[in-house]
Amino acid sequence: MYETQYHRAASVEEAARLMGEAEDGKFLAGGMTLIPTMKQRLASPSDLIDLRRIEALKGVTVDGRTVRIGAVTTHYDVSTNEELAKICPAITNLAGHIGDPQVRNMGTIGGSIANNDPAADYPSALLALDATIITSQRSLPASDFFIGLFETALQPDEIVVAVEFVAPDKAAYKKFPNPASLYAMAGVFVAKSGDNIRVAVTGAGEGGVFRLKDAEAALAGNFSPSALDSLAVDPDVLLSDMHASADYRANLVKVMAKRAVAEISNRPM
Amino acid sequence: MGVEGIGARVLRKEDKRFITGKGRYTDDMSVPGMKHAAFVRSPHAHAKITGIDVETAKKMPGVIGVLTGAELKADGIGNLICGWMIHSKDGTPMKMGAWSPLATDTVRYVGDAVVIVVADTKGQARDAAEAVDVSYEELPVVVKTAEALNEGAPQLHPEAPGNLIFDWDIGDEKATNDAFAGAAHVTKMDIVNGRLVPNAIEPRATLGVYDAGEDHYTCWTTSQNPHVARLVLSAFYNVAPENKLRVIAPDVGGGFGSKIFIYPEELICLWASKKTGVPVKWVADRTESFLADAHGRDHVTHAELAFDKDNKILGLKVQTIANLGAYMSLFSSSVPTYLYATLLSGQYDIPAIHANVKAVYTNTAPVDAYRGAGRPEASFVLERIMETAARELKVSPAELRRKNFIRTFPHQTPVIMNYDAGDFDATLDAGLKAADYEGFEKRREEAAKRGKLRGIGLSCYIEACGIAPSAAVGSLGAGVGLWESAEVRVNAIGTIEILTGSHSHGQGHETTFAQLATERFGVPIDSVSIVHGDTDKVQMGMGTYGSRSGAVGMSAVVKALDKVEAKAKKIAAHLLEADEADIEIKDGDVRVVGTDKSLPWFQVALAAYTAHNLPSGMEPGLKEGAFYDPSNFTFPGGCHICEVEIDPETGVTEIIQFVAADDFGKIINPMIVEGQVHGGLAQGIGQALLEGTHYDDTGQLLTASFMDYTMPRAQNLPSFNIMTTETPCPSNPLGIKGCGEAGAIGSPPAVINAITDAIHNNNLTMPATPQTVWNAIQAAK
Repeated sequence: MYETQYHRAASVEEAARLMGEAEDGKFLAGGMTLIPTMKQRLASPSDLIDLRRIEALKGVTVDGRTVRIGAVTTHYDVSTNEELAKICPAITNLAGHIGDPQVRNMGTIGGSIANNDPAADYPSALLALDATIITSQRSLPASDFFIGLFETALQPDEIVVAVEFVAPDKAAYKKFPNPASLYAMAGVFVAKSGDNIRVAVTGAGEGGVFRLKDAEAALAGNFSPSALDSLAVDPDVLLSDMHASADYRANLVKVMAKRAVAEISNRPM
Repeated sequence: MGVEGIGARVLRKEDKRFITGKGRYTDDMSVPGMKHAAFVRSPHAHAKITGIDVETAKKMPGVIGVLTGAELKADGIGNLICGWMIHSKDGTPMKMGAWSPLATDTVRYVGDAVVIVVADTKGQARDAAEAVDVSYEELPVVVKTAEALNEGAPQLHPEAPGNLIFDWDIGDEKATNDAFAGAAHVTKMDIVNGRLVPNAIEPRATLGVYDAGEDHYTCWTTSQNPHVARLVLSAFYNVAPENKLRVIAPDVGGGFGSKIFIYPEELICLWASKKTGVPVKWVADRTESFLADAHGRDHVTHAELAFDKDNKILGLKVQTIANLGAYMSLFSSSVPTYLYATLLSGQYDIPAIHANVKAVYTNTAPVDAYRGAGRPEASFVLERIMETAARELKVSPAELRRKNFIRTFPHQTPVIMNYDAGDFDATLDAGLKAADYEGFEKRREEAAKRGKLRGIGLSCYIEACGIAPSAAVGSLGAGVGLWESAEVRVNAIGTIEILTGSHSHGQGHETTFAQLATERFGVPIDSVSIVHGDTDKVQMGMGTYGSRSGAVGMSAVVKALDKVEAKAKKIAAHLLEADEADIEIKDGDVRVVGTDKSLPWFQVALAAYTAHNLPSGMEPGLKEGAFYDPSNFTFPGGCHICEVEIDPETGVTEIIQFVAADDFGKIINPMIVEGQVHGGLAQGIGQALLEGTHYDDTGQLLTASFMDYTMPRAQNLPSFNIMTTETPCPSNPLGIKGCGEAGAIGSPPAVINAITDAIHNNNLTMPATPQTVWNAIQAAK
C-alpha cells in the first residue's frame, strides 16, 4: 500500500469538504474493494475520507412499507433487521448472502452501489425495487444512478446518503456465485407489486446491472416459472470470461429468473 | 496399545501452540539489524533484458542495497539445478537450460526474479523495487503444454532445441505392441491433468543472516527439508561450505511439495546479507506465491488399454507430454518419470506396459512435486481408462477391476515397481459395501424424479511411498540418497528427546514420533520431545515428502530405540543381577520377567549417566543414533467411490457421498491418519471440481489470486465416509505404508468417473466447474 492520509468525517458536509481539499481523495465505507485494491498497489488515493462514523448515514428505518437504508449500514445489519425481513425478506436474504461473514460485517450498501461492481448484489435489488438513491446533492432513481461497469451518476464530491424504496408485494433474489470469489456470475432480482413486475440482473451484463424487460413482459401475463420457458436471453450483451461464457451466463440468468419466480410463487410473501 | 502408544488417538501435542497463535514461523523470526527485501519480477512471460537501471532505486528512502544477477554471477553464486538426471531413450542426458537465480539476459515467465532490493522496511523495499527500471524486448511466448513441441514454437532455452527436455521411455514397447495385436478390445482416451497452484496457507519466506565475525551464514526458511536445502546451497550453489551454513526450518504452515525445492529467494537473501552487511528477510505475498511457487501436475496424455475376450488386460500404452514450465525445478524431472510411469500398472496384473514421456519447457512457472507428485497423474490416467473401458465393454466397473487385480505378492510390474504386499479385494469390498454400490440404480432413479442427474464413480489406486532405497533411486538418476536419520537421547531423569531428519509442516510428528517412544518404554508422551528442522541440532536428514516420514523416518527412530533398549536392558540386568534376556521394559518399569524385581525407567537412565555402577567396559550415557535406508518403496492402495448429483440446469455438482477405503498398513495414530485423508481428499476433490490454473496466450497468469483461483471450501465437500484395512508393509519394521498423499491420488478419477457417469458424456476435463459440466451436458444432447 502506498502512503495515504486518513480522515474520519463527522458529517456529510465535512466529508464533502475534505474531499474538495484532497488532491486525489476517495470516500471509504466498508473498504471491501478499495482496501484490497490499495494493498495490491493498484489504487493510490492521496486521502481516504472515512464515512462510517457519520450518524446520518447509519441504520434502517421502516415506515409502513417505506424503507430507508442508510449508506453505511453493513450487510450484516441489513440481513438481520427483523422489521425489514417482515416486509421485504428478499433484501435481507440478499444481504445475508453477500461474500462471507467478514465481508458482511464490514461492507456497506452505500459502498456497494457507489462502486457498482458489475457482479455486486445490491444494484439488481435497487433497480428491481425502483429504489431512490439519496445523495448529498439530490435524489435520483436507481435506473439513472447505475451507468455502467463501476460507473454511476455520482459526482466526485457527491456522497450516497441512503437508499429508499417501497417494499413490493413479493420479491425474490437468486444468485449463482462465482465459485472462487462468490460474487454473482448471474443474480436475478424479481419484484412484484400488483401488476407491476420488475426483473433486474447483476453479474452478467457487459454494461453492469440491467432490467430484463422480456422477462417482465412474459411474467405480466402469467406470473409463473413456466412463463419464462421460452425466454431468450441475448448472450451478445453479456459478460464472457474464464469463469463463465456469455452463453452459460445467458442460461444462468434464465434459470435464476425462473427460480426467483418459483420462490415468490411458493411463499406467502 | 497403551493410551498414548502405537495405535492410540493421541491429541496433537503441537496444536496448543498452533491454535493459540504461538507458532513460530519464519516471518515471526527477528534478529538485530534485520532489513527487508522485495524482488523486481518480470511482467513479461518471455523477453530479452536490454537494460537494468538501479540508480533511482538506490537513492530512495531507506534503501540499503539494490542487487542484480550480474553481481550474483560475479560472486560465483548459482545457477539453480535439477537434482535428478533423466536420460532420453536415445541415451542423451536431459537438456537443462540455465536458471540464473536473478535473470541477467532473458526472462522466461511472469514472476521471474530480476533484481533484489533491500531496505529498512518492507514498504520502502517495494517502493524502490518499483523504481528499478528494467528494459525489455518482448519475445514470442508458448504457454500450452500441447503446443510446446510444435514446429516453430518459440524457443525458451538454447540448450533444449524444440523445448524438449527429454524424450523418455519405460517398459517394453515391442511386447506391448505384440499384446495389442491380439486384443479383443482396445479403449483409447485423451486425458488432461491440469496445472495446480499449491497454496500452502503460509507463503514462502526466508531470513538470511551473514555473520562476518564467524564468516557463517544462517538461513531461516519455509522448508520441508532443511538439510537438503543446506546440501544444495552449499554443494551446488556455492553459498558456503556446510559447516559455515546453518539452515533452520521452524514451524512451517503447509508444504504439499512446494517447499521441498530450493528457490532463488533463499539463495539470494543469504548472498544479499553478506553483500549488504545486514540480515535480509523476504516474505512472499499471495500474488508472489501464485506466480513463483512451483506448480503441480500439467500433463497431456494419450492412453490405450487392450483387453482379451475375457476382459483381462493385455497391455497399456501411454504417451504423455509433461510441462515443466520455464525452468527445471529441483526434482521436476523425477515427477513425470519415476514417480509417474512406474505406477501405471495400478492394482492390475498388466503383462505389458509401454510409456513415453516428453518433458517440455513453456513460458510458465516451474512445475515440480505437488501432493502425490506423479502418482495422481498415473492414477488419473489408469482409473479413468478403466472406468471408460468398463462402460465400453458394458460390464461393472467394479468387477472389471476385480477381474484384473494382482493377488500374489511380491508382484513385479513391467514398470520397475515390485509390490511387496496388498489386498485390493479387501479395500474394494469395504468401499462397495460402505457406498451401497449395489443399491445405486435405485438412487439414480429417485434422483431423476427430482430432476437431478446422479452418477457413481470408482477409483482403485495404488501409490509408491516411503521413498526410497538409496541405491535404487541412485541407479535411476537421483542426486541424493533417500534414507533417514534419527537419534534418541534419554536424559538422566528418563525424559526423552528424539532427533529426526523428517520435518513436520502439518503432519503431527511431535505427536506420532513421540508415540513410538511411549510405546517402547511406557513413559508418558509429555516426557518425549521431538527435535527437528535445524541443521545445527540434527546431524543430517532427507526431510518430509512422498509420504515418507512414517515409513522411513519412523523406521530410523525404531532402529535407534532398539539400540537404546538394548543398552538399557544391559544396565538393568547388571543392577538387578539378572540375565539380560529376562529383562522387559513395560509401563515405565524395567523388570525381571517372572519376579517382583524391577526398577523405574528413570533409575536406569540415571544409572547410565551417574556411571557409578555400569557393566564392566560400558560407556556412560543413554543416547543412540541410527540411519535407516528402506529396502523397497511402500505401496498404500485403496478404493475411493464418489457419488454425485448434478443440477442439469446449472451444471452444479454436489458430492452426495464419498467413500475412501484405504490400506495404509500399520497406523500409529488413527486420528492423524484421518486428518491426512480428509486433507488429501479436499485437495483431490479441489482439483477435480474447482482448481484451475489459467495463463492467457501472452503468459499472464489470470488466476493469480483467490478471487479467480478456486480453493476448496468446507461447503464444497461432503462428510467423508472413510475406513482402513490393514495389510502390514513387510519392508519396514513398523509395517507402515504412508497416508499423506492417498486422498489426493485416489479421489480425482473417482469424482470425474462419477460426473461422466451422471451426464453420459465422457469428454470432461478437470476442474469440472459448473460451466464445464453444463457445456458437457449440452454437448451430449
